[in-house]
Amino acid sequence: MAAKTLYDKLWDAHVVREEEDGTALLYIDRHLVHEVTSPQAFEGLRLAGRSLWRANSILAVPDHNVPTTKQHRGNGTAGIDDPVAKVQVETLNKNCEDFNVKEFLMDDIRQGIVHVIGPEQGATLPGMTVVCGDSHTSTHGAFGALAHGIGTSEVEHVMATQCLIQSKMKNMLISVDGKVQAGVTAKDIVLAIIGEIGTAGGTGYAIEFAGEAIRDLSIEGRMTVCNMAIEAGARAGMIAVDQTTIDYIKGRPFAPTGETWDKAVEAWQDLVSDDDAEFDLVVRLDAAKIEPQVTWGTSPEMVLPISATIPNPADETDAVKSNGIQAALEYMGLKAGEAIDNINVDKVFIGSCTNSRIEDIREAAKIAQGNKVAKNIKLAMVVPGSGLVKHQAEEEGLDKIFIDAGFEWREPGCSMCLAMNADRLEPGERCASTSNRNFEGRQGQGGRTHLVSPAMAAAAAIHGHFIDIRTLAKEA
Amino acid sequence: MEKFTVHKGIVVPLDRANVDTDAIIPKQYLKSVKKSGFGPTLFDDWRYKVAGEPGMDHSKRELHKDFVLNQARYQGGSILLARENFGCGSSREHAVWALTDYGFRTIIAPSYADIFFNNSFKNGLLPIVLSEQIVDAIFSEIASTDTYELTIDLEKQEVITPTGEVFSFEIDAFRKHCMLNGLDDIGLTLQYADDIRAYEEKRKQEAPWLFA
Repeated sequence: MAAKTLYDKLWDAHVVREEEDGTALLYIDRHLVHEVTSPQAFEGLRLAGRSLWRANSILAVPDHNVPTTKQHRGNGTAGIDDPVAKVQVETLNKNCEDFNVKEFLMDDIRQGIVHVIGPEQGATLPGMTVVCGDSHTSTHGAFGALAHGIGTSEVEHVMATQCLIQSKMKNMLISVDGKVQAGVTAKDIVLAIIGEIGTAGGTGYAIEFAGEAIRDLSIEGRMTVCNMAIEAGARAGMIAVDQTTIDYIKGRPFAPTGETWDKAVEAWQDLVSDDDAEFDLVVRLDAAKIEPQVTWGTSPEMVLPISATIPNPADETDAVKSNGIQAALEYMGLKAGEAIDNINVDKVFIGSCTNSRIEDIREAAKIAQGNKVAKNIKLAMVVPGSGLVKHQAEEEGLDKIFIDAGFEWREPGCSMCLAMNADRLEPGERCASTSNRNFEGRQGQGGRTHLVSPAMAAAAAIHGHFIDIRTLAKEA
Repeated sequence: MEKFTVHKGIVVPLDRANVDTDAIIPKQYLKSVKKSGFGPTLFDDWRYKVAGEPGMDHSKRELHKDFVLNQARYQGGSILLARENFGCGSSREHAVWALTDYGFRTIIAPSYADIFFNNSFKNGLLPIVLSEQIVDAIFSEIASTDTYELTIDLEKQEVITPTGEVFSFEIDAFRKHCMLNGLDDIGLTLQYADDIRAYEEKRKQEAPWLFA
């Protein structure tokens, strides 16, 4: 048998039928649903008189629109001030009731960002195909699953048929070799990868992340890396199964138990690329050379090490790219040659499906402990990824560390990653953000986003500007 | 879905690379539970001076006069000419709904982000890939022509310029078939319901934990 990549194996195991031109019906094991991209899909089913193919494959949760302030939570949708957003969450609740779909309601401690709660509940398992009407579904690839975002038409298609019409993607291997320096996190690794291959570098590919630096990551770090595969253009990112994967899943509510668990674990051992598997493209990065990263522009590929200076559009020979840099600098209010660690920020956001898990919060808390948020910071907020993450952090006393330092400690949700709720930037405000997109207007019209790791975001809050956390470690 | 056979229309040039779906339709409009009505807020941040909100009368908002959609010569445009990696970022199908609701039937660009590309076909919006050189040439032609129109012939897989020059493009056979006939692919897939059930039966034996 020909050697296969992890992606080849996942693909082959899910093909229901394949046409001559390569178009296949791919079976979907897990369908995650949230309020923003599902209402039109449920409505489509109703209008066509169709039912769900397999209701128990779906897990739903409201996350994008939910308020994150305590006074707006605890009373169901009543706390949502925005009437349009409220209708959307209520529509999800009603759809889940009507179609008998399992949903974690706003007041459930299990509520949270869909890409945090899926793994947390063990609803994401190795070897699964996982889809959601959300591009950051690539997160779940951290478990050796084939996971990617889909549009609303495809949400409806999966609801009605349990399948997607797909053509196979190409295979890319990104190997991060060797060990990272202290202070360099999963976020820095993935930002460095995007800087290397570009925001469209992964288009048409499924990316497998491998190498010592990836294997050294916890499952949460691996989720951060896979989460941002889409920012490199790849719909799916994935990491081979190992003991770290299996240890994380064991005992979670949706995970198999008893004999089925043993059988599953045995099957999961095969979810690695064969030694001699061939990739269409291989990219290698030296982990030791990766520094803490900060994006400076309006695309995730516009990223540099903290020690760098802002680039000059005049140095770029390609006209389209040069114009892109110029437009980004104007939007971001930055000058060529400016040192990144000299840039002051106005707001700090620690959260999102990229960086809102317990380890992220611990990393940020370490920096915040015993310090105070700088005077120029208008708002520094920590938004845990789920009710359970929040609970765990509070058990560890992390909420107090943040509150004492002057951060706001919020309720779970997507929050200022995309600013659909009240959490947003005002025009011209500059934010150190642990989220995944620095697009124009992403965090509020006219807002200026710099993507960083949780520790770098916390350090920016304390110092009022970006700072190399490796120097902080030395001082301590 | 509306059939796509031959389409002739005014070309609107959007000269930016990596246009993301947040730019195509900003988040505040995603709160809608409908598929229609997104046209007036297409490219909202570039089109209007002040951020809008759902439900407002967009015809009364102050425009960025220089933005292509606001220029007199591009009114009624139905073909968008764009740069590489168009539609990157969020999976929001609202981006496609905004483009079609505005009146676009086709996009021409050197490359697209995968999810956006997929979503387009589901809504009768034809994303055509032409080389960077050809796209460059069309941008220049538009700059020197008052009303620049292209004809798209999907059956022949051709883009025809006003001077009769023809550029061929590629498209998957299945997608072409669905677009030409305006087919709903859920109905097509359900023709294979027996295959799906057979797959499930076999898979349940191998991996029962996937069905718990």
